[in-house]
Amino acid sequence: MALLEVRDLEVEFAMRGARLKALRGVSFDLDAGDRLGIVGESGAGKSMAAYAILNLISEPGRISAGSIAFDGRVLNTLPAEEMRKVRGDRIAMIFQDPMMTLNPVLTVGAQMVECLKTHRTISDGEARALSVQKLREVAIPSPDARFDSYPHELSGGLRQRVVIAIALLLDPAVIIADEPTTALDVTIQAEIMGLMLDLCETRGVSLILITHDIAVVSETTQRMLVMYAGRVVEQGETRGIIARPSHPYTRGLLQALPQRNKPGAELNQIPGSMPTLAELPPGCAFHPRCAYADDTCSGGVPALRTLGKRLVACHHAERLK
Amino acid sequence: METLAFLIRRVGQAVMVMLIISLIGFSIQDNLGDPLRELVGQSVSEAEREALRDRMGLNDPFFVQYARFLGNAVQGDLGTSYFFKKPALEVILRKFPATFELVLAATLIIVLVSVPAGIFCAIKPKHIGARLIMGLSIVGISIPVFLTAIFSIYLFSIELGWMPSFGRGDVVELGWWNTGFLTGDGLEHLVLPAFALSSIMLPLFIRLIRGEMMEVMRTEYVRFAQAKGLHPRRVLFVHALRNTLLPVITVGGVQIGTLIAYTILTETVFQWPGMGFLFLEAVNRVDTPLIIAYIIIVGLIFVITNTIVDLIYTYVNPMVRISGVKG
Repeated sequence: MALLEVRDLEVEFAMRGARLKALRGVSFDLDAGDRLGIVGESGAGKSMAAYAILNLISEPGRISAGSIAFDGRVLNTLPAEEMRKVRGDRIAMIFQDPMMTLNPVLTVGAQMVECLKTHRTISDGEARALSVQKLREVAIPSPDARFDSYPHELSGGLRQRVVIAIALLLDPAVIIADEPTTALDVTIQAEIMGLMLDLCETRGVSLILITHDIAVVSETTQRMLVMYAGRVVEQGETRGIIARPSHPYTRGLLQALPQRNKPGAELNQIPGSMPTLAELPPGCAFHPRCAYADDTCSGGVPALRTLGKRLVACHHAERLK
Repeated sequence: METLAFLIRRVGQAVMVMLIISLIGFSIQDNLGDPLRELVGQSVSEAEREALRDRMGLNDPFFVQYARFLGNAVQGDLGTSYFFKKPALEVILRKFPATFELVLAATLIIVLVSVPAGIFCAIKPKHIGARLIMGLSIVGISIPVFLTAIFSIYLFSIELGWMPSFGRGDVVELGWWNTGFLTGDGLEHLVLPAFALSSIMLPLFIRLIRGEMMEVMRTEYVRFAQAKGLHPRRVLFVHALRNTLLPVITVGGVQIGTLIAYTILTETVFQWPGMGFLFLEAVNRVDTPLIIAYIIIVGLIFVITNTIVDLIYTYVNPMVRISGVKG
C-alpha cells in the first residue's frame, strides 16, 4: 500500500446555485521517499488538489467525492481535530510566495516555535534550539540572529528557506510544495529547488511538487500528473511521458519550452487559454485548443485509460505515437 | 536612539499642528462680533469703549495680538472668560474630567463590543446573528447621535424609568479631578450618555473589523498557519487578529478625536456638565476666550491621542519600527 493514496477526488464549489467542479476525479499514489510532479496551467486544479489533501478547502468549496488515504487512515473523513494534528506534523506544505506566506507581525522564531509547541511537548529552550538548528540546515547565515528577525527583514530567497525549515521542522512524511520557486528571482530558483530536493532526499521525505514548469518536473520527479481543467489528462512515469507524450496537451507544454539547441527560435504556444469552470466546453475540455480535435472530441469526455505503462485521457492518443 | 528620533519628529509635528490650530482659533475672535458688547453695558460711551479697546490691545494689528496671545498661551494663559470672569483654561479644565470619563466609557463600549462582534461577523458571515448585527449596524450608522440620545431618554428614563435622564449624578473629588466612576449613582448616570455617544462609532468599527478580518482570513499566511496544523483559536487570535487590528488602530485614533466632537451633542442632550456642554453655552454667550481655549484644548487632545495611537501602532507593526529609523 502506498503512503498516500488519492482516489477519484472531486472538489466542488457552490456558486450562486450552480455547482462547479474544480476537481473531477483525480487519483494517484505516492510511495514513501517518492517524488511526484503535478503539472498544468493556472486554473488546472493543481493547488486545489494540494488543499484537498490537507482538507483546507475553504467555503464555499468542499470535497464532494473520492477519498484520501494516508498511512492507512482516511483523511477526508477524519474529525477536524484529528486532521489538524496531521497538518504540519505528518504532511507539511510549502506555498508559492514567501513574501505572503510568513506572517508579517510575528518573528521567524515565533512562527517556528508555535508549530513545535502545537504538535510536541517541548520546552521553550528546546524549541528555540531545534528551530535554530533547522534554520542552519537550510543554510541561513547566522541562524541565531535570524530567529529573532521579522520576515520583512529577510530577502525572498531567505524567506523561502525559512518556509522550508518550517515544513521540515517536525520531520513530516510528505511535503507538498506548491510552486515553491515561482515567486523567486530566477537566479536563486535553482538554488532553492536544489536545497529542497536535497533535504527531502536525505530525510526520505516524499514530495509532491506542483508547478506549471514541466522542465522542473522532468528533472526532479519519478512520476508525474498532467492536469487540465480539473482532470488528469496524462499520468505515469516522468521519463516516459517527457520522452513521448501521449496527450496533445502534454505535448503542447513540452513544445512550448525554449529549445537549448535552437536558440532564438520562436516558441510554440498552445493557442487560446484554459476555460473557466463555468464555461467548460462539451466533451474533452481541451478540444477547442487541440490540433487533433474532431467531432468525437466534442462529443464525449475521453476516459482516463491505460496506454502502455501510463494513463491518458484522449480519444486520439494513438495518433501521437 | 530610534525611539528618540521618532519622538523628536513627532513633537515637532505636534508643535506645527498646534500653531496652525491656534492661528485658526484665534482668528475666529474677529468674526464673532464685538467683544465689548458683552463686556460693557449699553450706556458706556463710544470714547470710553475706544479707550477700553486700546487698553485691551484690540486695536493692535492682528499679528501683534496673535503674538501676544501665543506668548500668554505658552505660559498657560488662554485668556479670561467674559462670562465666568475666570481664566478660560481653569474653567475648561474644571469640566475636563466629565468629558474625559464620558469618552473613556464610550471608547470602552466600542472596543469591548466591536472586536468580538466584528470577528464573529467575519468568521460566521452566514449566521443569523451576524446578519442581525450587520443589519442593525446600518440602522445605527444612519441615526444621528442626538436622536439616539433623545430616544434613549424617552425609552429608558421616561417610559421605563430605569435610568436617570440628565446630569452626572454623585461625583467624588480627587484633587483637581472629579470622578463619577466611584459612586453607583455616577455610574448609573454614565450609562445612557456613554451608549448614545458610542452608538455612532460602534457600527463603523464592527463593519471595519469585519471587513479587515475577512480580508486577512483569505491571506496566504493564514492558510500557511492552518497548514502548519495550529489550533484554529491560535490562527484566529494570533495570526489573523493582530493583522486585522493594524488598520483599525489607525482609523480608531482619528475617530477618538471625532468622538470628542460628538460629546458636544451628547452632553447637550443629557445636560452632562462637560467641556462640550460648556462650549455650546460659550457660543451662545459669545464668550470668545472660552471658545478659543476650547478649540485649542481639543486640538491638543487630538494631537496627543494621535501620537499615542502612532506609538501603539509602531509597537504592533514591526515594519513601521524599522522605517521609523530610516525615515
